Amino acid sequence: MENVAEAQKSLREIKTRGEFLERFLKFSFGFWALFAGLLFPILAGVILLYEARLAIEKFGFINFLTYTNWDPVQEDFGAATMIFGTVVSTILSMLLATPVAIGIAIFITELAPNWFKPIVSTAVELLAAIPSIIYGLWGFFILTPIMATKVEPWLQDKLGDIPLIGKLFQGAPTGVDVLNTSLVLSIMIIPFMASVVRDAFNMVPPIMKESAYGLGATKWEVIRQVVIPYTASGIAGGLILSAGRALGETMAVTFLAGNNPQIPKSLLEPFTTITVALANQFTEADTDVYLSALYYVGLLLYLVSLTMLGIAKFMVLRLEKRWKA
Amino acid sequence: MVETQTALKTRMEVKNLNFYYGSNQALKNINMPIYDRKVTALIGPSGCGKTTLLRCFNRMHDLYTANRYEGEILLDGESIFGMDIIDLRSRVGMVFQKPTPFPMSIFDNVAFGLRLKGIKGTELKDRVEKALNGAALWDEVKDRLKDSAFSLSGGQQQRLCIARAIAVEPEVLLFDEPTSALDPISTAKIEELIVELKRKITIVIVTHNMQQAARISDYTGFMYLGELIEFNPTEKIFTKPDEKLTEDYVTGRFG
Repeated sequence: MENVAEAQKSLREIKTRGEFLERFLKFSFGFWALFAGLLFPILAGVILLYEARLAIEKFGFINFLTYTNWDPVQEDFGAATMIFGTVVSTILSMLLATPVAIGIAIFITELAPNWFKPIVSTAVELLAAIPSIIYGLWGFFILTPIMATKVEPWLQDKLGDIPLIGKLFQGAPTGVDVLNTSLVLSIMIIPFMASVVRDAFNMVPPIMKESAYGLGATKWEVIRQVVIPYTASGIAGGLILSAGRALGETMAVTFLAGNNPQIPKSLLEPFTTITVALANQFTEADTDVYLSALYYVGLLLYLVSLTMLGIAKFMVLRLEKRWKA
Repeated sequence: MVETQTALKTRMEVKNLNFYYGSNQALKNINMPIYDRKVTALIGPSGCGKTTLLRCFNRMHDLYTANRYEGEILLDGESIFGMDIIDLRSRVGMVFQKPTPFPMSIFDNVAFGLRLKGIKGTELKDRVEKALNGAALWDEVKDRLKDSAFSLSGGQQQRLCIARAIAVEPEVLLFDEPTSALDPISTAKIEELIVELKRKITIVIVTHNMQQAARISDYTGFMYLGELIEFNPTEKIFTKPDEKLTEDYVTGRFG
């Protein structure tokens, strides 16, 4: 009996000692977690909303989204051109990047010999670490001349006469345009996209693949009919996260877009995006309404990014839930 | 109870088989027959090589590099190492430790292997129904064939995997601890099913559970440290084995 009492006593001591530390850690770390994870994003949104209030009052919501004029002199602002530019360059870069990224992920997880896998994996991850301004510089000084003198004239020559599609390739090829911007954007998001998709592929349990092989499936049949459907929501999540990156990308796009506040009539015309407008014009915004209008487009970007991230997170969660079943 | 002595036919035969994971020898000079339409169990403590041996029968090891076989395994007298691997795997099916339903409907799961063989239309439907019947699952799923396979319980998923494996009408079916993730009721159903299946299919089963081997198998191989210590009729293994080591294992003295 004495032993029991003693044991209980020492257990109590351990418990009080542990409790204090636990509480301390919980509150201090909890504060930072809440601050970084919840307070800061909400605060950023509130500040954007507050700073944009003048423009919201003056231009409304639907009107601001659809109006194509951006005239700082007359203080007459609509965001349609930059929203269009952001959406089109994002979609186009996704179209270019997705097949390549999925291909890379398939190569790394299924096709590459074992000794080669970590090498490719690391190389792809290193690409993601290159600062975006480097991509911008490279795009502007190396890729732009090539696009302007070689690729774009070739595209015009081959595709220019086809009805509908040909329309996309009209205009003087300068390299400072939608096509080149989207191309550089796609190169920038490929490493990230490939890493996320690779991680999703790696979540497929080996016995799942072995089951398919065991039924006499070939490698390609296993990839197409088991691996890809199994990870569909993870792939979708990765794609959306990548789209979020393309949406918010600023430096490289600022170099390549041409900052032309007009809706481009073809892929070879200069254009602008939300991020380009913000980067170029904040220092010039000399009136309250001008500044407020810029905050307003910033708010739009913030909302779109947040929504896309939310969707991506939801899809990845759904994937994880399936494994546990 | 005396079983009517029909002539035993050898379906597969292992001859002087050595197997290496890289430089690590996992199987040492294995020799054993797999008799036609019998259940052969492989038992032994963890790491004894029983799963490794099982995975040799359909060359599952070929999926990974640095694995190496020496010796011979024959299927109907023909070396499996000379066969087309796709062909071999449709003749020697496999069911795994955990249910592995594919991310598609119940019907499509069972149809998977059949479609790979180019079977379509009414024949496909008939074969799927036949396979689900064979796996004692038809009555439970016939009204929900279009539902996701993930909606089934664990035991049902495992029977679905058996249906998927028998749909392609393999000659041999390999079971790698098929009930280790299942509750006792589902386990009993799978065991019943295995005994039922042996009327048409030759079965090899790896099991952790000696009672399971005793209940359902006709022949048992006892393995230890990569060697086949004893291969005999199950009844003999569990009552008067030839080897002292086997006796120590089946009586629970080690393992």
